[in-house]
Amino acid sequence: MSANFLDRLRALLLAISLAVAFAAPALAGPFEDAVAKFANDDFSDTDEAIGAVATSGNPLAFPIISALQEGRLSADPDTKKVFVTQADGKVIDAATGAAVDKLPDNAAAVRLNNRLRRAVEAALGGLTLLSPDPAKRIAAAQSVFKSHEESALPVIDGALAKETNKSVKAAFAEARAAILLYKSDATEVEKLEAVAVVKARGDQEAMALLTGLGSDLPPNVAPAVASAIASIQSNLQMWSMVQNAWYGLSLGSVLLLAAIGLAITFGVMGVINMAHGEMVMLGAYTTFVVQEVIRSHYPGLFDYSLLIAVPLAFLVAGAVGVAIERGIIRFLYGRPLETLLATWGLSLVLQQAVRTAFGPTNREVGNPSWMSGAFELGQITITYNRLWILCFTLAVFVILLAMLRYTALGLEMRAVTQNRRMAASMGIATSRVDALTFGLGSGIAGIAGVALSQIDNVSPNLGQSYIIDSFMVVVFGGVGNLWGTLVGAFTLGIANKFLEPVAGAVLGKIAILVLIILFIQKRPRGLFALKGRAVEA
Amino acid sequence: MTPHILTRSLDRSATIFLVVVAGLGLLIPLSNLLLPAGSALQVPTYLVALFGKYACYAILALSIDLIWGYCGILSLGHGAFFALGGYAMGMYLMRQIGSRGVYGNPILPDFMVFLNYPALPWYWHGFDMFWFAALMVILVPGLLAFCFGWLAFRSRVTGVYLSIITQAMTYALLLAFFRNDFGFGGNNGLTDFKDILGFNVQADGTRAALFALSCLALILAFLICRAVVTSKLGKVLIAIRDAESRTRFLGYRVESYKLFVFTLSACMAGVAGALYVPQVGIINPSEFAPGNSIEAVIWVAVGGRGTLVGAALGAVVVNYAKTYFTSGPLAPYWLFMLGALFILVTLLLPKGIVGTFNAWRESRKEAEKANAESAALEDGVGEPKPAE
Repeated sequence: MSANFLDRLRALLLAISLAVAFAAPALAGPFEDAVAKFANDDFSDTDEAIGAVATSGNPLAFPIISALQEGRLSADPDTKKVFVTQADGKVIDAATGAAVDKLPDNAAAVRLNNRLRRAVEAALGGLTLLSPDPAKRIAAAQSVFKSHEESALPVIDGALAKETNKSVKAAFAEARAAILLYKSDATEVEKLEAVAVVKARGDQEAMALLTGLGSDLPPNVAPAVASAIASIQSNLQMWSMVQNAWYGLSLGSVLLLAAIGLAITFGVMGVINMAHGEMVMLGAYTTFVVQEVIRSHYPGLFDYSLLIAVPLAFLVAGAVGVAIERGIIRFLYGRPLETLLATWGLSLVLQQAVRTAFGPTNREVGNPSWMSGAFELGQITITYNRLWILCFTLAVFVILLAMLRYTALGLEMRAVTQNRRMAASMGIATSRVDALTFGLGSGIAGIAGVALSQIDNVSPNLGQSYIIDSFMVVVFGGVGNLWGTLVGAFTLGIANKFLEPVAGAVLGKIAILVLIILFIQKRPRGLFALKGRAVEA
Repeated sequence: MTPHILTRSLDRSATIFLVVVAGLGLLIPLSNLLLPAGSALQVPTYLVALFGKYACYAILALSIDLIWGYCGILSLGHGAFFALGGYAMGMYLMRQIGSRGVYGNPILPDFMVFLNYPALPWYWHGFDMFWFAALMVILVPGLLAFCFGWLAFRSRVTGVYLSIITQAMTYALLLAFFRNDFGFGGNNGLTDFKDILGFNVQADGTRAALFALSCLALILAFLICRAVVTSKLGKVLIAIRDAESRTRFLGYRVESYKLFVFTLSACMAGVAGALYVPQVGIINPSEFAPGNSIEAVIWVAVGGRGTLVGAALGAVVVNYAKTYFTSGPLAPYWLFMLGALFILVTLLLPKGIVGTFNAWRESRKEAEKANAESAALEDGVGEPKPAE
């Protein structure tokens, strides 16, 4: 689209320039002299030429500079004539815009070095300041802000006078302020105003601009700049706190999602399921299979793939969970350590089974369009997939809570976990409830796998990376309590992300583990401990 | 400790075990060194190293059996103590390389030169002396276990919680040792050893000696465990295993008992690791992987927990199976087998091989006794004759 637009723009400019060229006799003016400098094959001359052409206001300036950037500007050193080869292969004389049959044989492309490339970019930025597309104008203003090229000032001033769009106007004002700050002959008043404008912008780039000023400033400006830097710094610090808090929430939601199934199987039933991570992995692979089927048969449904995968993953992992409970765990009730060993063995089997079926490497799970991309919120970037996962986690949590509280199955579950024999004598089929509870916990782990497939590698080892963290969350939060799991997950997530910048990712993780061990000293039964005699049983 | 204490409590199976280990510890090195290569009875060097590895695993299994089988502490982090002992030995071996490394630096090991260490980190000092390294092999795991156990047992973290925390501990160490700036060679670990106490690590004689030493260590570890579990202290440990609160109410300081046995067990695991490293020629962070520790627990479960002989036997049997299957065409199925072993042993053979065998022998004895009694009755010693 933009290329198209540029071509149209070029054609328009060309038409104008041709009109100008035919209307007026071609006199060698300052513009032509400037263009001729390109033919000198000398970097400093080229630099001067770029500046002069960019500020000339001549409609040919944009095609010349963009041609220079793309290596389509060539010069004949003998005749000092400069040519633009257009994108469609046609050649025009750069000074007049007149069409030329073909390039002279000895014409060579005008050479650039890195300094000149920067100058070209700045000049182009100044030229696109007049683009009809507001987004382009803002981008151009941003690039001027960063480069604070003095040569762009007249263009900015002109553009500012004509601008009607509010946000573009603000961007122009910021760009102008940046130029004035670095302009040696700007007055103190202008500079102070500029400092105020930049301070109001208050992001990382404003910071870089102000700190780049150095120390040789007029006496009144220096303190203003210092205070602006300080205020931006505190502002940025606040935003980085917000950023960390968001990352922490995001990590916490992932932890909660992984641990919530465990809160049921381990917390409510007291079963240590070391294959919990593999239930998550099964959910992730279910997503992969669903997407494969959709890709090959119903490509139009791809955006709904996750919605299809969620119930399927719940069913797959839930069914496996019921099978595990009926086949293994039911013989080991009351022997937690043996359960641990058996389910560990099971996790090895499941991992190897998936390895055999899908191969040991990571499988590709795509993001639907509504999960990809990001948006800006103040100074931080929030990706849609993390946001959706946070919402999804909270939804799962609420639904689960409601289920335990208001459905018959939930009531039976609570009855069986509180007093199995009493529940049995009231006619509740305890073994069926056991199987269903375990299936529920495993199913939720499967759902977690669907979400995690969006942000993590789908490989046979997927579950391994979550199992220890999940147990930590449940132990820290307190067993047998969903609220404890919620608080535990978010606490650990946020603590982890706030420790990371200080200690580094790995040391942060180790510190968290150590802190949990110390915390368990104080409260052996976690944050939200069950009280009473039932605890010891 | 007098020899009397160590030998007082040997029953028949323990004696058989000791004789077999001692016999192997003598015969295998002798056959390897004295018989000509290729003769039918000559044990090739690679097998000597392999059996040495099994002996180290057996010591690790004993240390786990001591706390799990006799005190009910299921540690899923014992691989950490094993690896720490191994790293202490590895550091000594690294310092012995001297200027023979790739970079030829007389003080710094290769990886430090590569990572631009200006000088030896403080915690590497002293490892050029064997006595210091040997001390650290026992002290480092022992201290970690002491601190960890002191924290855990004091706050009465028991059962599954303790297992999960020990797993978290070894996981944290795994993460730490993987870091390059931790100063232990990052994910490559320590390797490329040249000699130990002046003998070439690769030489047949050294390997045979290391194997014999491993067997000796296994015998010693077995005797120490045996002495602990058959003493009064062992009775208290078993009481803690079976009813912790009750033992506490009877006035025993449960925490102190647990702490003692946990620390002792960690030191043993450290020694096992230290003997393991020169025989396999490498120690790297993957030894800290939580999976390794759980695998060691299953050796004990297969052999039979609470029967020291079983633990050592289980370690050898499972590892021999692992070697056999992973080197053959069945390699992709090994994890299926290992997983199935976990499930089936816990479900069908909770006492393990030796435990089940012992129970069967007991029941047979009972049956014989009963048979003898009924036979005595049938002889009709004191039965009144019916009147005619």
